[in-house]
Amino acid sequence: MSNFFKETDIDTSQAEAIVTETLKNCDDGELYLENHKSESIVLDDNKIKSSTYNSDQGYGFRAVTGEVVAYSHSNDISKESLRKSSENLKDTLKSKKGTYNHEIPKTNSKYYENINPIENKTFDSKIDLLNSVNNYLRSKSPTVNQVTANFLGEHKSIEIIRSDNQVLKDDRPLVRFNVSVVLEKDGKKETGVYGVGGRQSYDDYLKDGSWKDVCDEAFRIANVNLESKPAPAGEMKVVLGPGWPAILIHEAIGHGLEGDFNRKKTSAFHNLMGQQVASEGVTIVDDGTLHQRRGSLTIDDEGTPTENTVLIENGILKNYMQDRLNARLMGTKSTGSGRRESYKHVVLPRMRNTMMLSGKYSQDEMISSVDKGIFAVSFGGGQVDITSGKFVFNCTEAYEINNGKIGSPIKGATLIGDGPSILKEVSLVGNDMKLDPGIGTCGKAGQGVPVGVAQPSILINKMTVGGTKL
Amino acid sequence: MIRDQEFLKDIASYCIENSKKLGATDVGVKVIHSVSENVSFRNKKLDESNRADSFAVNLTTYIEKKKSSINSSDLSKSNLEKLIERCIDATKITPSDENNSLPDKDLMSKEIRDLNLYDETHYPNDKKIEFLKKVEETASTDEKIVNTEAGFTENKNNFILANSNGFLGGYKTSNFSSSCVAVSRINGAMERDYEFGSTRFLQDMMKPEEIGKIAANKAIKKLGPKKIKSEKIGVIFDKRISKGILSTLASAISASAIARGTSFLKDQINSEVFPNSINIIDDPKIEKGLGSQNFDSEGVETNSLKLVENGILKNYLIDTYYGKKLNLKSNGRSGGTTNLYFENGTLSFKDLLNSEKKFLYITETIGHGGNIITGDYSVGASGFMVEDGELTYPVSEITIAGNFKEMFKNITLANDLEMKYSTNAPTLLINQMTVAGK
Repeated sequence: MSNFFKETDIDTSQAEAIVTETLKNCDDGELYLENHKSESIVLDDNKIKSSTYNSDQGYGFRAVTGEVVAYSHSNDISKESLRKSSENLKDTLKSKKGTYNHEIPKTNSKYYENINPIENKTFDSKIDLLNSVNNYLRSKSPTVNQVTANFLGEHKSIEIIRSDNQVLKDDRPLVRFNVSVVLEKDGKKETGVYGVGGRQSYDDYLKDGSWKDVCDEAFRIANVNLESKPAPAGEMKVVLGPGWPAILIHEAIGHGLEGDFNRKKTSAFHNLMGQQVASEGVTIVDDGTLHQRRGSLTIDDEGTPTENTVLIENGILKNYMQDRLNARLMGTKSTGSGRRESYKHVVLPRMRNTMMLSGKYSQDEMISSVDKGIFAVSFGGGQVDITSGKFVFNCTEAYEINNGKIGSPIKGATLIGDGPSILKEVSLVGNDMKLDPGIGTCGKAGQGVPVGVAQPSILINKMTVGGTKL
Repeated sequence: MIRDQEFLKDIASYCIENSKKLGATDVGVKVIHSVSENVSFRNKKLDESNRADSFAVNLTTYIEKKKSSINSSDLSKSNLEKLIERCIDATKITPSDENNSLPDKDLMSKEIRDLNLYDETHYPNDKKIEFLKKVEETASTDEKIVNTEAGFTENKNNFILANSNGFLGGYKTSNFSSSCVAVSRINGAMERDYEFGSTRFLQDMMKPEEIGKIAANKAIKKLGPKKIKSEKIGVIFDKRISKGILSTLASAISASAIARGTSFLKDQINSEVFPNSINIIDDPKIEKGLGSQNFDSEGVETNSLKLVENGILKNYLIDTYYGKKLNLKSNGRSGGTTNLYFENGTLSFKDLLNSEKKFLYITETIGHGGNIITGDYSVGASGFMVEDGELTYPVSEITIAGNFKEMFKNITLANDLEMKYSTNAPTLLINQMTVAGK
């Protein structure tokens, strides 16, 4: 636990007094304090390319009245700085008056331990492991042309002081280990990338030689891509594999179900509550309570305990994801989805671990039902236009399907679809739901936050595949 | 407001001296202070005001050829002391790399020219609010516009970059930016578009009415899009996105991609990469330029470079580390390009649209479908069909795909270059790309 007021000219009770005084006429708000330590160690081109340690601490002071948010942040935790922020907030909201004070529910649950992953593995052993990765991959095959591997670890302590003197705290570990390999054969180069991570220590993911599995997977993907042919262009059937391809759900549906876009009526989903938005058998949840997952949080960045929010149940739209501001304005309760990248950022409703639950079909049944289409196993990134509902994602491992059989691998292509209609095109839901390996970061309004996704294999009747072969 | 040079110099010197005391043989440090004030509006009402006051220290210490870095936002000497110690400890146990070093002394920037990058004018929040009211009023005059958002941001920055070879330099910069997003609706379906202005000086900012009007018009024009059939067709890139071609080029000719062998342009120096009518320039010394700088992120002097001359690739973007790997001297591009642009083509915008019977005109791409290693490119897109030189109807939910190597060779430029961003390109045509639709 960080003591934010140690070595400052202010103590907790004085800070509480400033918060209470500043927010007395407001609907909501808080003082959010954060201490963030992170490290990055990168091996590239046979060398330790960089080792960086970051240390950041500061506060974000927020006052909310009606729909208006006033925010002031600084990395100087001092009486003078807080006073200045307080004046700034009061100045913005001078003519406003508010009453809302929805109490924050209490929780005893914890979804991760308070460990500092940076300190609980020695620097030496991290360097050794990166070198082992490099040697292991380079000895695997003469086609290995380039190896990049890196550790990213962080520990974040937060404290939220509310106007009723309620103080909420959380300590969040997070790690990610990533391997990227470039292979070269007959003048052709291709990449394979794989990573693992979550809210535990590095060794929980890498012990007993399991780091080799990460290397093997990156190597396998690059090898598949070396054999890839140009991808087809046009509308066709698409089978998505389980796990990480659920970024389709994240882009196509998830963002459109965030409270702010629906309150502002800029989401293509804003008038679809209670309606059929997906095929029967499709259930999608956003769960912040999975143990040690990348997208999990014990409490969100407003202090609300997270929950498992049902977004779509058997095809029917049930809930949006809410922070306190949007919940209040829409007459509902926060779902514990209020998140921010850091003290420098305002809270927004965001996803945590977004999952489509299992149905009853096997992947084989799906593939054998397709005459002509593609089988997409892994993706790079995705993006969505909330308003038109159009979304894309890029295949990093995909195959042709011909007459019910998996054929040649195809080059990376973008797939494009329409959010509100895509889930109605889901004709079969698989029985093999899988979580992603713990590598996702979601961007919104310039803020990146760690998230997870999960899904079973699914068959989509019709999507546009952006290849070059007509 | 913004802290002065003396304050930042004091921190920089403290970091260098203390690192050396603890055993560093070389040190590089950057100290930054920035203040940013932002106001945003939604549907003609105040939505958010945000004030940010932030410090940062980025320190890299070397012990011979070993190197490690720390970053922190806490400038207190007690904190810096702890972090410097940590940095030195990490440096000691990081393996050596013969290419680690500060830049050559003779390449360092010697004098700082005033490039007119700082406007001390403060635009108070109530002025910003007046400005945004005008933006939104103009944006929402048409009843098809159902939602508007507008924002105004003012940034002031000051920094010092220093190293243990005696280099020390820095200066203030400012930035004013304003944007408007408009959402249009017809028959229950919505489209969104925007306009954006960014300048070093407040007086150069677009008129609020202009920003609102352009955003609204663009959003209305996009209503009722069709999905077209898959085909091979010439694709025209609107100026808002044509600059993306230059960003791709910049990634592909960065010394890191070349040295690591992960660029589709490896070994293409002095070869014809574009048609011979094409020249590409990176000029850091443009007055008031959004990408202008006196020196790069290592303190190396930056001068104007012709990256591509008559279609031939002439220069990579080189920093100290990867320069050593390639046996080339840094050309002041640690941190990338500065003001990067295509020299104008010869065709007018109208003539370009009329150069064939039918084109696809793209105003927006979505997704990150460019692969720098293979040159393969595939992204989502939306825009308009062009028939006989006229924009006939909006198009969406399609992809465009190709390979950069061939795309580069098939570029035709219009003559409508504007310096609106730090990377700028005129409207451009790429012959024969694959469009996937129905």
